[in-house]
Amino acid sequence: MRALLVLIGLAVALGGCDREERKLAKLPSAAPSPATGERRGDLQPGQKGSGLEQTTSSRSFDGKNAFELAQGKRLFRWYNCSGCHSMGGGGMGPALMDNRWIYGHEPDDIYRTIMEGRPNGMPSFRGRIPDAQVWQIVGYIRSISGLAPKAAAPGRNDGLAVTRPENERERATPRNAPGSG
Amino acid sequence: MTDAYVAMPEPAAAQALERTWRDPPGFLGWLAAVNHKSIGRRFIVTAFGFFVAAGLLAAVMRLQLSRPDNHIVGPDLYNRIFTLHGTAMMFLFAVPVMQAMAVYLVPLMIGTRSTAFPRMTAYAYWVYLFGGLMIFIAFLLAMGPDNGWFNYVPLSGPQYSSGKRSDFWAQLITFTEVSGLLVSVDIITTVFKLRAPGMTLARMPLFVWAMLVTAFMIIFAMPAVMLSSTMLIMDRLVGTHFFNPADGGDPLLWQHLFWFFGHPEVYFIFIPALGFMSSIIATFARRPIFGHTAMVLALIATAFFAFGLWVHHMFATNVPDLGKAFFTAMSLMIAIPSAVQIFCWIATLWKGRLYMTSALLFTLGFFFILVIGGLTGLILGSVPLDLQVHDSYFVVAHLHYVLIGGAVFPLFGAWYYWFPKITGRLMDERLGRWNFWLFFIAFNVTFYPMHHLGLEGMPRRVYTYAAATGWGPLNLLASVGAVVIALSVLLFIVNAVKSLRSGELAGPNPWRAPSLEWAADSPPAAYDFAAIPVVASREPLWDARPAPSHVTGLATDVREGVSTTVIDALPDHRYTFPSPTPWTFLAAVATTVMFISSIFTPWAVVWGSIPIIITLIAWFWPTREETAKHLALEKRP
Amino acid sequence: MQGLHDVLQPAGPAAAHIATLWWLTLAICAAVFIAILVAFLIALVRAPRADAATPPDLAPLGSAEPRTRLVVSIAVACSIVGLLLLLAGSIAADRALARMPEDDALHIQVTGHQWWWDVIYDDPQPSRRFQTANEIHIPVGRPVLLSLQSGDVIHSFWVPNLAGKKDLIPGHILTLRLQADKAGTYRGQCAEFCGLQHAFMGFEVIAESPQAFAAWSDAQREPAHAPSDPGTTRGHDLFLTGTCMMCHAIAGTPAGARAGPDLTHVASRKWLAAGAVPNDPEHLAAWIRDPGQFKPGAQMPPHAVPKDELDALVAYLETLR
Repeated sequence: MRALLVLIGLAVALGGCDREERKLAKLPSAAPSPATGERRGDLQPGQKGSGLEQTTSSRSFDGKNAFELAQGKRLFRWYNCSGCHSMGGGGMGPALMDNRWIYGHEPDDIYRTIMEGRPNGMPSFRGRIPDAQVWQIVGYIRSISGLAPKAAAPGRNDGLAVTRPENERERATPRNAPGSG
Repeated sequence: MTDAYVAMPEPAAAQALERTWRDPPGFLGWLAAVNHKSIGRRFIVTAFGFFVAAGLLAAVMRLQLSRPDNHIVGPDLYNRIFTLHGTAMMFLFAVPVMQAMAVYLVPLMIGTRSTAFPRMTAYAYWVYLFGGLMIFIAFLLAMGPDNGWFNYVPLSGPQYSSGKRSDFWAQLITFTEVSGLLVSVDIITTVFKLRAPGMTLARMPLFVWAMLVTAFMIIFAMPAVMLSSTMLIMDRLVGTHFFNPADGGDPLLWQHLFWFFGHPEVYFIFIPALGFMSSIIATFARRPIFGHTAMVLALIATAFFAFGLWVHHMFATNVPDLGKAFFTAMSLMIAIPSAVQIFCWIATLWKGRLYMTSALLFTLGFFFILVIGGLTGLILGSVPLDLQVHDSYFVVAHLHYVLIGGAVFPLFGAWYYWFPKITGRLMDERLGRWNFWLFFIAFNVTFYPMHHLGLEGMPRRVYTYAAATGWGPLNLLASVGAVVIALSVLLFIVNAVKSLRSGELAGPNPWRAPSLEWAADSPPAAYDFAAIPVVASREPLWDARPAPSHVTGLATDVREGVSTTVIDALPDHRYTFPSPTPWTFLAAVATTVMFISSIFTPWAVVWGSIPIIITLIAWFWPTREETAKHLALEKRP
Repeated sequence: MQGLHDVLQPAGPAAAHIATLWWLTLAICAAVFIAILVAFLIALVRAPRADAATPPDLAPLGSAEPRTRLVVSIAVACSIVGLLLLLAGSIAADRALARMPEDDALHIQVTGHQWWWDVIYDDPQPSRRFQTANEIHIPVGRPVLLSLQSGDVIHSFWVPNLAGKKDLIPGHILTLRLQADKAGTYRGQCAEFCGLQHAFMGFEVIAESPQAFAAWSDAQREPAHAPSDPGTTRGHDLFLTGTCMMCHAIAGTPAGARAGPDLTHVASRKWLAAGAVPNDPEHLAAWIRDPGQFKPGAQMPPHAVPKDELDALVAYLETLR
């Protein structure tokens, strides 16, 4: 009886395992991140310069892991992404909670957008944000328009509520702008 | 001593009773069982299983803390371990095991054949089992909650606890709430309405009083934590703002609601243990407890005061001065009823003749350990002192002194004491003594040093500590003690298994004890008593006053019992108990599906309720056969 | 660090009041414990032994046992007197704590974060305010008024040698009064479970003479000096153009982020990472490279950077005295 229950529990929850794991930050291994091109503009946060040069980087995207998404949400606030994108509703920068993706919705696209910057305002954060954290932010950005599993997406913040929490957002089927990655 | 209560029915009648009251055969019958002894046994064994599992978690923690800068387990796993240790000990062991003992013993002690709502008890057991399995499976799958058994927001809230870990905790609360509340309702009704004729409230055994008081406490206290855990899961799942300070909520609301439950919870672990103590001490001091009335009043007073001191868990959160004085006074005052009981027991021992058994030894351990725990409790109740020792290892020491000394030692005593009743065989006394002395000494070796660690500034819930703090040696000592505690519990298991197979046969009343459960066979027949006894004294087996000795005229082919009036236990009317049904099990499965699914989507509450409603309807649907029998009984008294 | 946190070695009036109450309470409790234990042991020794065959003593059923009742009543009365004493002592100590002087108090704002302490020294003159982290200096003999708040979850501020603890609760501002009567270094620690690195969320309170304190606070008010030699200049540039300034602030430079501890005078502190790592160049470099080896789960990300860059950065940070 119990054995049966354990089996059922295992089967149901196996998917949940990865979702719940907390990968505490470690020195990155060598799996390469997608190649990024040159910076697409002069805009950068803070002073211009080369920054600390990471000797390794890794593609550590896990858009289904609750901890990664929550960390992404924290960094979204810390790095002032909301300064332009607001809480996803957009402002000076485009909205992130709709289904329009000017430069693509795939994780690698978003990674490039953050790392290279985009014309008309998006600064390049290369050298400013460690690789692993960029991937966390990528995961979170996707959850803003419901592209992350609801069981993993973050809940409301302990702040003034301006939008529905990410774990209540319906999936907005992405519509990439023509010609984008 | 008299045999007046061991009424011998005619063999034919006994066979008919056995047929009527026994569990149905086979695996399905096992699922359908509603007999209070079957449910009680399962409840006790399951709770013991969770006790062992949570104890093993504690062993891992002690291993990790045995030396400074240890990295056997990392912070994430350590947090999950200490959370599950506390949660399982409090919600899956301490409270349920007391209720389990009551489900088994109360009907026997008050001379009836069943609890009032046997199907509900069975359902409560299944819900409890499934809830417990859920949290342990979640733990094994790395989804175990990690914010402590108190689960403070905002750390457990939507922003700081990602994933579903906190939700599993909140739903575990729902499971144990449902189970605990239902058993409480069952116990209260059983005690009030099913006592044997003549067992007035004044003649009721102290253990039954203790369980009655506890059941009322559970009904008043548990809704608070149910409310708060529901608010938490709503904050997390549907974005409400109960605990969000920016939107009009407050994290302190959680603490008030949690401790309004959490402090009484300590007492609903402690009060049943006081009941064990009174039963065991009376039997082995071979005289009635001194000051029966004072004992009852003390139990009730403890229950009242227990609701007035929750804020002493929150003194560091800025309580107004008048409030601090009030809660300090309450925290100190609750010592008075406990003192009354301790003095009455000492008086009983003083004037008694002592039959030294393992059961008595364990209850005597209470006097040493609990008194220390109680006195350190006074320290925690005093605001200035609490501000220093709160959330330090001093509190860890205190709570283990209170809970292990005040509840686990009497509970082990109770197991030695009632083991022959439940299984028909005596436990081994020699192993029992080893069990006691190992446990007693190792307990103090483990937890006494923690007082000093707390005063030296070691905070609770740390996964490791730097060597320079100087906390290493005492922690190592505590870890050594923990290993020996584990050995002594292992010894208990060995003793139980061995005695179950080859223990000495006990007979109905091996200790020559005074209360009614010892009038039944060991183990009791499915129907408990061949005839419902009539009671004329507080110690019916010691002080029998015959005529009439038992109730006659109850049906043997239907589960029938006598219901009596609340205060005087005058026969009131005949009452037919429900028969076994698998629907209780199915209803519990449906409930489990709904509770677990609602962790993932709020809509589960809607569609998940449908199977619950269906199973409940089937559960209550009367069969033609039963209805016919009931009608016949009405016509033919 | 032994003795640096000990409830029973008070170094200030708040902790002293509590320690006095502690000894009073302990004395009463010990007396009660010994009395109960003696009565209990005498009962065990004097009661004759019995076995299962011993018939029960039913005499008590008929009589009220007046002598026993008297003794038990006296014992209960004594307990009540003891409890009243404890209550009086507790309330007196509480009042003493509530009446600690506040005149000329030093005002400090402490904000708890996962897992470090942000410290702001308040001053009526805004230009004289300054910010630091994880190390609180106070002048001996002057009352200190701490206003405690939280940036994320609940923490608890506890310096056992100086005062009882007080929680830091989101949405609330709580105050704690303390004062040091003896110069010295007193360790503090977060006492409310706050997540992964609750174990290593420490700080130090350094009580020093008013003159030393004045000198220290004047130094802390200074912005960071611009680097002079090429090595530290490179570190300075790396700090400002790399990941560091995304979270940290250094007064006098464009770095002004507040997600991590203020680093304006980081080299003047004894510890890094909220008491977890000693502050010397090797440990600082190791910490920057991989904070997880000291505090798994810390918010500071690891940096796999070339050794020369790391050295330059550390060299620059070491100038921030």
